[in-house]
Amino acid sequence: MNSTATFAEERNPTDWQGDAMQKRIRKRYAAERRFKALGLGAIILSAGFLAFLLIVMVGNGLRGFTQTELPVEIDFPAMTGGAAASQFEGANGQANLRTLGVRDIVNTSVQIQYGEEGTELFSAGGWQAVSAAILNNPKIVETKTTLYLPAESEIDVAYKSDGSASAEQKVTELGDKLSTGFNKNFLFNSDATDPMQVGIWGALKGSLITMFITLIIAFPIGVLSALYLEEYAPKNRFTDLIEVSINNLAAVPSIIFGLLGLAVFLNLFGLPRSAALVGGLTLALMTMPVIVISGRNAVKAVPPSIREAALGIGASQMQVVFHHVLPLALPGILTGTIIGMARALGETAPLLMIGMRAFIATPPSGIVEPATVLPVQIFLWSDEVNRGFVEKTSAAIIVLLLFLLTMNALAIYLRNRFETRW
Amino acid sequence: MMELIDSTSSSESPTMTESSVPAISAGDGPLKMTTRNVDVFYGDKQAINDVSIDVTMDNVTAFIGPSGCGKSTFLRCLNRMNDTIPIAKVTGEITLEGEDIYAPKMDVVQLRARVGMVFQKPNPFPKSIYDNIAYGPRIHGLASTKEDLDNIVETSLQRAGLWREVQDRLQDSGTALSGGQQQRLCIARAIAVDPEVILMDEPCSALDPIATAKIEELIHELRGKYAIVIVTHNMQQAARVSQRTAFFHLGTLVEYGVTSDIFTNPTQEKTRDYITGRYG
Repeated sequence: MNSTATFAEERNPTDWQGDAMQKRIRKRYAAERRFKALGLGAIILSAGFLAFLLIVMVGNGLRGFTQTELPVEIDFPAMTGGAAASQFEGANGQANLRTLGVRDIVNTSVQIQYGEEGTELFSAGGWQAVSAAILNNPKIVETKTTLYLPAESEIDVAYKSDGSASAEQKVTELGDKLSTGFNKNFLFNSDATDPMQVGIWGALKGSLITMFITLIIAFPIGVLSALYLEEYAPKNRFTDLIEVSINNLAAVPSIIFGLLGLAVFLNLFGLPRSAALVGGLTLALMTMPVIVISGRNAVKAVPPSIREAALGIGASQMQVVFHHVLPLALPGILTGTIIGMARALGETAPLLMIGMRAFIATPPSGIVEPATVLPVQIFLWSDEVNRGFVEKTSAAIIVLLLFLLTMNALAIYLRNRFETRW
Repeated sequence: MMELIDSTSSSESPTMTESSVPAISAGDGPLKMTTRNVDVFYGDKQAINDVSIDVTMDNVTAFIGPSGCGKSTFLRCLNRMNDTIPIAKVTGEITLEGEDIYAPKMDVVQLRARVGMVFQKPNPFPKSIYDNIAYGPRIHGLASTKEDLDNIVETSLQRAGLWREVQDRLQDSGTALSGGQQQRLCIARAIAVDPEVILMDEPCSALDPIATAKIEELIHELRGKYAIVIVTHNMQQAARVSQRTAFFHLGTLVEYGVTSDIFTNPTQEKTRDYITGRYG
């Protein structure tokens, strides 16, 4: 009794309105405001960086989709000695065109209009646009036609932005003869030495084939591994070891996978160098651990009551897994696959190790043909001395980002479709 | 504390084995399942100690007892659901229609179809009501035509007393039903594979009193068509729905007999203490 009495005396009633308490409250609110401000600052900073990146990229890159053109008037009837339009229709058109000597016709026409040095104003491969125009519409060989041909790279750079002094002078001389048009070459050509003739199609196709191989190898193996490890494998030291190994694999630097691909696929199996097949296999090795880890988490998240329900009415283990667990885990597995594939799409280092940095001027038509992929193409172009490649590099980055966005959008669409409403 | 409980239970177990009532006299209907001297171990820990019980066709058998007494563990031995726990080990003999269900030639998948189970928490598949019921018959190949399957779905839902409520929305998700309806859906799902025994593991513990009353009514109606074993920690429920009651305590079977006898005139001190609410 005595002790409780003294306790009550010792402890004064809490003064909620007192100065000390008010100060504590103010401090608490200040801390809250500080934290909010810091968080907001972090978001603004990262959004700023992203916006800066995108603006620079789009600003530079969009120019890569256009080309500077000069008009050339070609008097086909005089030049060809009266070739008929019908010659360039159908299957023989290509062969007849070759004998026609379009290049000389174009060069002569250019020299007539722009003087002896006139050909230097034009991109070396510009005459191919004329060939394409003839095949597209053979009627023009019977008329006198004005065609717009791509200018030489330095003039292109000087016209669109700042170029070398001599090129700027030429631009001033040519004046309003110059114009810009959509650069079809960039979408349908492959790598070239002349920046006016380079295109992204070869790398894009290479990326598509490589991603396809990565997906068909890594997805089933990764998902089955995840299912086996979660649903079948006994929990013992051996499976623990496997789990640790998979987690480590997911963290291994990608260039190591390149070395592995070089040693195993090229040297041991003797697969062709620089092929999409080898690239896909190497990237599959890199992507698989990510799919296994996310797959295991997704499988773990399926409520055990669903497994019990299925087992309770006599479903076999496999029926439980494939009728119930997998469908419910699929959205989560797909999320992991998106992350893994996005990483694989942007990967350069392992592909350099297996020789995918070659100059590929024709798009690959199969999985064992020499190919390159978008990030490697960007890497190669960024290394070029010619200034014309700068905007092409940015344009290629835009294409890569669009590819990535398309892939992710597709995966998110699939994920939402499979998502089960509870 | 644990040691104390262990020592008391082990010292008492011989007398309990003697006093437990393993067999039920004839006239209680045909024997469906028998268990003899069943022990269950989780690793080194013994969860069930020497339990012998008979389950008959015409009676609803209730397992009662305080939490952690092993009644659910024992129930899960009857359709080998304990197989899914790697460290669980079952010894002794459990038979269904005279067949040893732990014999190597016993097909677990078929056993679980013959001995259906309803769980504590309603666990319909996240599929349509129709697919929830049709899943079992589909995987066991019980219906050869679409009409057969429709028929099975309808009769199962009727038996589970759910048909009127859901007949117009069979394609709605099973998870959109109320808790009581979900549990009756789970019962219908178990009935759909035409089992001989239905095990119910505290089927009403997640339900409100009205839904509980419906389930209890349903158990009455199903009695005789299926041998029913129900685990419950609600003694009034055991008294209401069952004809035989087994009282478990600390992994041992303390008393097993006619429900009315257990509740009015228990032979064991522990049973008396439990049903009068002195512990549990």
